[in-house]
Amino acid sequence: MTATLEVSLWRGGAEGRYQVYEVPLRENQTVLDVVTWVQRNVDATLSYRFACRVGMCGSCAMTVNGRPRWTCRTHVSKVAAGGRLQIGPLENLPVIKDLAADMRPFFEKWQQAKGVFAPSKTRADAIEEIRPDGPARTAADDAIECINCGVCYAACDTVRWNSDYLGPAALTRAWSLVNDQRDAGNTARLQAVAASGGCHACHSHQSCQEHCPQALNPTAAIAGLKRRTMAAYLKGEIT
Amino acid sequence: MNVRLYVWQRGTAALMVPLVLVHVAVIFYATRKGMSAADILGRTRGSIAWASFYGVFVVAAAIHAAIGVRNILTEWSPLDDRRAGIFAIVFGIVLLLLGLRAVTAVVLP
Repeated sequence: MTATLEVSLWRGGAEGRYQVYEVPLRENQTVLDVVTWVQRNVDATLSYRFACRVGMCGSCAMTVNGRPRWTCRTHVSKVAAGGRLQIGPLENLPVIKDLAADMRPFFEKWQQAKGVFAPSKTRADAIEEIRPDGPARTAADDAIECINCGVCYAACDTVRWNSDYLGPAALTRAWSLVNDQRDAGNTARLQAVAASGGCHACHSHQSCQEHCPQALNPTAAIAGLKRRTMAAYLKGEIT
Repeated sequence: MNVRLYVWQRGTAALMVPLVLVHVAVIFYATRKGMSAADILGRTRGSIAWASFYGVFVVAAAIHAAIGVRNILTEWSPLDDRRAGIFAIVFGIVLLLLGLRAVTAVVLP
């Protein structure tokens, strides 16, 4: 007899419910494998999102047994307590259908936080030399490995309480650009992250750091933004 | 919370750190010495130093607490930023008036 997992999957939109499926237990199996098995063998209408399956694209994050996780790199053996899995869409985001959360608010906040590189040179200028071990570059590098999976956003208490809060990922992206010596958009960026709903709304609960699959530290990035915006405010550079 | 409120809240917190320490030390001193209300009032009445100390303390506490209450309201109540701000300003003014009334009661001759 084949061993099975008892898997509850969220079905429907915001008003949906969990539905239980029996899925064969494999020796080596990720949470994404489980979802894919249900979609291919039980119900082809199950909606979910994935792309690379190797932890690079950040598209497969879901809520697994109450915690936001990247499902393609989460092994069932590590998280299936008592042979049971409950898998839902990411929290703090609208549900499109089943396990697919609507990521638009998440990425709109990247825009609000001025997460776009603002070039300071043209292609006619010489390439700027950046020391890889300089303090600013090191700080930018620490934050640059974000894969935009939304796990930190789903784990954040402040996002849950304050829908205007930009969230850990957008602020981490802003911190990366603030430390990029080639960028010319910092006054506007600091102004954006210093407004209501910006970095000062963070309570430093560190759920983002605890859950980040890339082991980044958004709380430290946000603390850096708090310091930098305060200095800019006291100098009169931002209001 | 925006950067302006953040600076005011952190600034008043930093200001209150030594004030709280002195305040606690004064409480210990007054109780361990067994000072009566009349003894205390004898030292505080007419004292510009105590009036300044507790006057600054009350102003800092009113600003600090009002900003904190505003934050709690924006996160935990249905009030929007503007309404929470109005409530916090009223709360801060009430705190300021009560505090200054207490200060004047012990320092005015």
